[in-house]
Amino acid sequence: MNGTGIIKGLAVTIRHFFSTYFADQFGLGRAKAKRGTMMAEGLFTVQYPEESVTVPEEFRVIPFLVYTIEEDGQKKYRCTACGICAKVCPTQCIWITRMKNEETGKPVPESAEFYIDIDKCMNCGSCAEFCPFDAIKMDHDFRIASYTSGDSHIYNKERLGKPLEYYAKIRPTNYAQEEAQRAAKAQAG
Amino acid sequence: MSELTVLHPEYEALLQRFAPNVEPDTRPGFSGIVVLPASLIEVVTYLKEQMGFDYLSSVTAVDQYPDDQFDVIYHLYKTIGGEGLELKVFTTRENPVVPSVTQLYPGADFQEREIWDMFGIRFSGHYDLRRLLLWEGFSGFPLRKDWHEPLFEEEVKPYKSRWPEGRAFHKEQTNPFHDNVQYPKEFDPESVSTDADESLYKALTANLANDEDGLHTDRMVVNIGPQHPSTHGVFRMSAVLEGETVVALKPVLGYMHRNHEKIGERNTFLQNMPFTDRLDYLSSMSNNFGYAITVEKLLGLPPPERGEFLRVMMAELTRIASHTMSIGFLLNDLGAFFTPSLYALEERELILDIFESVAGSRMMCNYFRFGGVVRDISAADFAKVKYLVEERLPRKIDDLDRYLTDNEIVRSRCEGVGVLTAEEAIACSAAGPILRASGVPYDIRRADPYSIYDRFEFDVCYRNHGDVYDRYLVRLDEIRQSIRILKQVIEQIPPEGPVMNGKVQYLVKVPPGESYGRVEGPRGELGFYVVSDGKVNPKRYHVRAPSLINLTGLEKMCVGGKIADAVTILGSVDIVLGEVDR
Amino acid sequence: MDVKPELNHTEIDIPAELRQQVTITTLERIYNWGRSNSLWPMMFGLACCAIEMICTAASRYDFSRFGMEVMRPSPRQADVMIVAGTVTKKMLPNIIRLYNQMSLPKYVIAMGTCASGGGPFKEGYNVVPGIDTYIPVDVYITGCPPTPQALLNGLIALQEKVKKEQLKESGWYTKEPGKDIPVPVLGPDIIDPRKKDLIYTETHRPEPTVVEENEAAGEDK
Repeated sequence: MNGTGIIKGLAVTIRHFFSTYFADQFGLGRAKAKRGTMMAEGLFTVQYPEESVTVPEEFRVIPFLVYTIEEDGQKKYRCTACGICAKVCPTQCIWITRMKNEETGKPVPESAEFYIDIDKCMNCGSCAEFCPFDAIKMDHDFRIASYTSGDSHIYNKERLGKPLEYYAKIRPTNYAQEEAQRAAKAQAG
Repeated sequence: MSELTVLHPEYEALLQRFAPNVEPDTRPGFSGIVVLPASLIEVVTYLKEQMGFDYLSSVTAVDQYPDDQFDVIYHLYKTIGGEGLELKVFTTRENPVVPSVTQLYPGADFQEREIWDMFGIRFSGHYDLRRLLLWEGFSGFPLRKDWHEPLFEEEVKPYKSRWPEGRAFHKEQTNPFHDNVQYPKEFDPESVSTDADESLYKALTANLANDEDGLHTDRMVVNIGPQHPSTHGVFRMSAVLEGETVVALKPVLGYMHRNHEKIGERNTFLQNMPFTDRLDYLSSMSNNFGYAITVEKLLGLPPPERGEFLRVMMAELTRIASHTMSIGFLLNDLGAFFTPSLYALEERELILDIFESVAGSRMMCNYFRFGGVVRDISAADFAKVKYLVEERLPRKIDDLDRYLTDNEIVRSRCEGVGVLTAEEAIACSAAGPILRASGVPYDIRRADPYSIYDRFEFDVCYRNHGDVYDRYLVRLDEIRQSIRILKQVIEQIPPEGPVMNGKVQYLVKVPPGESYGRVEGPRGELGFYVVSDGKVNPKRYHVRAPSLINLTGLEKMCVGGKIADAVTILGSVDIVLGEVDR
Repeated sequence: MDVKPELNHTEIDIPAELRQQVTITTLERIYNWGRSNSLWPMMFGLACCAIEMICTAASRYDFSRFGMEVMRPSPRQADVMIVAGTVTKKMLPNIIRLYNQMSLPKYVIAMGTCASGGGPFKEGYNVVPGIDTYIPVDVYITGCPPTPQALLNGLIALQEKVKKEQLKESGWYTKEPGKDIPVPVLGPDIIDPRKKDLIYTETHRPEPTVVEENEAAGEDK
């Protein structure tokens, strides 16, 4: 009969509408905690910004530079200005100025300037993947909407820097692995 | 293709028959047969009619600058499966003319137009040689090696200005116009005509006969797109209507032409990997797969066992995600506004979660490397895949099947609409579900197995009517077959082992030569043609985009139908604009 | 239900027992509050980012919670243009035309790096380095592509911006509510009508007009 298709379709939608609501509100096993996951029974919607989908460890937005705080309170960046990230970057959005010894003019393994144009960055993670010093890592902070662009979207070294503790927090597994490798290397060497 | 192919007795016969107009390509690393332009049609006719090479996969060109030579390269295959044949035609840069093969293979239509657009090689005998991706009046032919774009910095990446004395700057600010533009000398901006579509409308109405019954009706040109909710992106169809019936239809492309190939030839081989994600952005893992196996052919760097399994796993998950979305949006185009696609997107989200966790990004995975994959899958993610494949997805696909397949609206809108016969589909070089829905069981995973697909049991899904409904069914079947493959992957994957052959190198020197690799992506045959001259950057990097070539048959499918069905047909072709325009 | 605290006038104190029922506010506040919660986006996807925009509209992220579910394909019914994807030169005239057709007040969100400032394909010959070279942009969301949550974050940022607007300064109640942006023309390259004179002088200049590579690279930004 003509028209049954429409009624059937509407019935599917309405059943889904009510069943998800009841499963979410009265369902067993804390349905709210499973929102947006593959075990979701109730509503699939995650109520951003109150709730949010937890991002996995490998999640990548724009890169940041890892630094540690020295005893004298200075920031010590891990970056040695080797330039591998600038070479491997597919969009060539990384600029590095290598620091020079003021007296001799010879290069020092440290970056004087470090820029990333986040308007060109494609979040591919190549820089973090190939950095031999674990100095550049991919951030998890996706809340980077801004009202201005242009030069304010070229991040300098100051703005790119984030403490090592932050890195350990967002990527605990990677951090633990890298620290173990470093320790092993230090022992061997 | 190896040298062996050329020495096959059949090809030997070809060489003898057409000597001296035909000779093997003897450059080291290269293969195939070089044909003189004058005898191209003769040779191609023989190949098609006597030797069974009925499927023209790809046509592309290579600029041999500074040598005065363009190569035009044809990749021919048989739809019964097996190895392909590579034909080459050399022409000069001064006066590049090559005979068009569109009479024999209508599938060459868009590809020849693209070559004209990008290289300025004229194809004599092509019935509608207009620019494909750029607009009429654009100055220059971008893929020529001596043509530089306005924001040109250096010949190859990595740029020297980035390190060790890098100071950030916006490149467009160094341009006198503060924009990404350049104009020829002595150019007067007032002299430009504003009627950019003149040649398009001319081409549209050129082949139309007058009304036969003598009844005068007004024909109307209707443009759908580039901004239209049903065109899946910035795609434009220009149709001539008589009443509501389509009498001619031309796709207008290039609204998302992002210069993938020009940028790809400047990138290093590895830098192209994240760019391939952005080709067909619904199935980035498949694109990675195609590019990786193409370059691996040159490098001779096979991935380890576990790496292969992970590759197949990701490619098949991508296929499921892409096909569910395609089915959802087909229903959108039918007018079931948004509800079915919401159901479909839910499953896609879960698959994207796995990608995000394994590769780091939902859509732009950048997961494959030459000789393996970036990182191993964690036990938790593996358990998720297992749950999805064994529990959730089969149930949800059955749900979709139950809701949609027998729905009377779906059936009455889709059955018998947009028919493409098997002969037409092969002639138009259609690929993937379009080809298989027309009754040609051609799946590269079977016809020319790559990676480890020869180890899995799965059926090549095909249907016989070639209409919109069958394309929908083929996609549904393919999801089920992908689940079947995934179940075998989960069972057989070695529990441990390396996922990468050696260590990834960021500046990898690729031995000189050429390579054409193809995979069965969700939309069909995705091919990459790479020419290396022994440096870290490819000399030529071409993508055989299934979405683009599937559109060749769009006019055939639409003409004679109603304009409202054109939207449905386009939905069933399932294009992704990132791949159509690149 | 609580009255939204954002609606209350900050300087007028309402007795605690009435806070559930009464709010004292200014016309401006309630006007902006209403507008910011019914921003209708235009259904307008250019590239990869459009897929993430669709995902944001789909069930998991569902931006109808912000009053944005009514995606309008017609610019005349839309308030926000989410430029989601790479802006190419061939598409640009159409985008400008769509922008001109939108009625005031209109907002533009540049979603993704391509729309914000060129993105990975910026060096290409058919790519516009950011939509803001032609039309004013209110919120930039970088990311390639921004995840649905990042887009929601940007949409909330736009809501905040709308809430801070003042009626007195708003352009759309004045007698001259802003002019249309001239539509670019496709010539040998895209021609911005506002720059015609500059193009004429640059192309008729005797010496080479292109700035030397090394000089350009050396310029400090």
